[in-house]
Amino acid sequence: MWMDIRLPIGILFAILGCILVAYGLIGDHSIYRQSLGININLIWGAGLLVFGLGMFLLGKRGMRPDTQNEPGPAASSPDR
Amino acid sequence: MTGIDWLILLLYFMFVLGIGVALKGRTKTSTDFFLAGRAIPAWVCGLAFLSANLGAQEVIGMGASGAKYGIATSHFYWIGAIPAMVFVGIFMMPFYYGSRARSVPEYLRLRFDEKTRSLNAISFAVMTIFSSGISMYAMAKLIQTLHIFDAPFHSIGISAQCIFHIGILTSAVVVLVYIFLGGITSAIYNEVLQFFLIVAGFLPLTWLGLKNLGGWTGLKARLDPSFTHSWAGMAHASTNRLGVDWFGLVQRAMAAKSMGAARRTPLIGAFPKMLFPFLVIVPGIIAVALPAAPATEISGSVLRTPERGIIPYKIDATTGAPVIDKNGVPQLDYDLAIPSMLLHYFPSGMLGLGITALLASFMSGMAGNVTAFNTVWTYDIYQSYLRPDASDQHYLWMGRAATVFGIALSIGAAYMANRFNNIMDMLQLVFAFVNAPLFATFLLGMFWKRTSGHGAFSGLIAGTAAAVLHHAFTLPRAAGSGIKGGWLAVLHTYPSDMAQNFWTAIWAWSTCFLITIIVSLLTKAPEENKLVGLVYSLTARAKEESLAWYLKPASLAIVVLAGTVLLNFIFW
Repeated sequence: MWMDIRLPIGILFAILGCILVAYGLIGDHSIYRQSLGININLIWGAGLLVFGLGMFLLGKRGMRPDTQNEPGPAASSPDR
Repeated sequence: MTGIDWLILLLYFMFVLGIGVALKGRTKTSTDFFLAGRAIPAWVCGLAFLSANLGAQEVIGMGASGAKYGIATSHFYWIGAIPAMVFVGIFMMPFYYGSRARSVPEYLRLRFDEKTRSLNAISFAVMTIFSSGISMYAMAKLIQTLHIFDAPFHSIGISAQCIFHIGILTSAVVVLVYIFLGGITSAIYNEVLQFFLIVAGFLPLTWLGLKNLGGWTGLKARLDPSFTHSWAGMAHASTNRLGVDWFGLVQRAMAAKSMGAARRTPLIGAFPKMLFPFLVIVPGIIAVALPAAPATEISGSVLRTPERGIIPYKIDATTGAPVIDKNGVPQLDYDLAIPSMLLHYFPSGMLGLGITALLASFMSGMAGNVTAFNTVWTYDIYQSYLRPDASDQHYLWMGRAATVFGIALSIGAAYMANRFNNIMDMLQLVFAFVNAPLFATFLLGMFWKRTSGHGAFSGLIAGTAAAVLHHAFTLPRAAGSGIKGGWLAVLHTYPSDMAQNFWTAIWAWSTCFLITIIVSLLTKAPEENKLVGLVYSLTARAKEESLAWYLKPASLAIVVLAGTVLLNFIFW
């Protein structure tokens, strides 16, 4: 059995998202002059966090033995 | 780079190495190491394949070409790579996966003969080393030029000069460790991780850049029309990316868990690929369209910028003076288009993510080539000619050893790459010599059963010779003869490097095509019973009625092609 790749991806992006969101909330806001006044850390960090959690949940589901042979989401289904 | 940026970068390195360590225990046989045990789902193979190509060639090279030639660069994707991927998925993959060949050269042995295989194996080995070296060089040069990592090194007394060498060594060691431990599974996992990271790190650039200039209309208004209409600049952009894409692809598709998955690999990869121009080419165009701005405070950069755009002049690494062409015009360092955009728009935090994505793209490019190299070396050179009957454990060991010396050779190639203006041009040069004729050989081999081994071999030699000669007799405008071409005599001058490369590929392809046909007709036809499963007319069509419509290769292909045609119309 292979380790579902969505798990490490999910974990990495969730952590990255948390870091960026936290920095976007508590960090110095004058740095956002550079990004046209948009708090890009907060917005993009939140996006990454959602993506990371989604991947993590899909990965969890994919690792459950009972779903191993069912058609998964999109193209990940086995066709043997 | 502030503390938070370093934190993000370190986190990424930890994950990359962690994946290698986690997979070490699962890599027990040579099939695990080279083909991932043939157990990977199609979507993972597809994304991994994309990411293996999303190295220096794509991110830096495409950004550079976007800045230099405009949106016409998107033809690499829209008329080059994507139709090629569809073609591979629909027509070629059944032979590759069905033949159970473990690499492209092995397929050539099954279809043609031993000498065609060894020729291909050797040229392929050289090519992967070059590509990996170029990724490494590009990464180290970038780190050095941007001065982003200088501060901590200065504080411990290491000079800026050494950062180039440290960059090369660090990237080499990281890639070495994770491939050495987990083989191609590790490479594929990391490539998928890198794919998402690259999208996450670069997409906000397009967003912020377009917002800044007032959207696509605002961008158009600031530039010469040829930059924003994909067909207007066709005089000099476009080339044959087929070969490059298709090599990395085959190895990843071989790792797929079934024939259906193998055929879907390139088709799934084609979906995100359609949108890559927006990820890497548009930021390059924005970089020339922006009003000239002083370098941002956080970069601590000393680069001078011209009147328009934020791309700095190219600086000669040895003299420290700006590089000028034959007419005395200073050259822009187009390779810095994307990195300049990162520094221009991203504050700390996002900057860390952007820089990490950039480094990830270099490493995935390197890793893709190193895994291709160790496979071809071990199966097609070592096992075939040097030591045929060793144990599986011995070949697994050799695969790991090949990873080590493949990376050592790449370091050599990296120092060589230092001499070229645009990384893309050098890649095109090497690939045009080797790949363009090869594509003709494959086409004939798969669809014309009369093609003989002697025909294929002489076609390949003639095609490569034609490429070298074409390069030796032509020159891009405003370049001195030498490594850029014209080293025998200058019979023709092209408007740009890219046009020259394009025509080199055309010459190579046509010569190979013709010579293969002529020699095949003059030599003995191969026996048909040996070609079953290797030639289109002698292979049973795959049955796939049981699949849902969205899993069928044909319906995926139609969607991909329709999308591509649509994009061509929108950016006419």
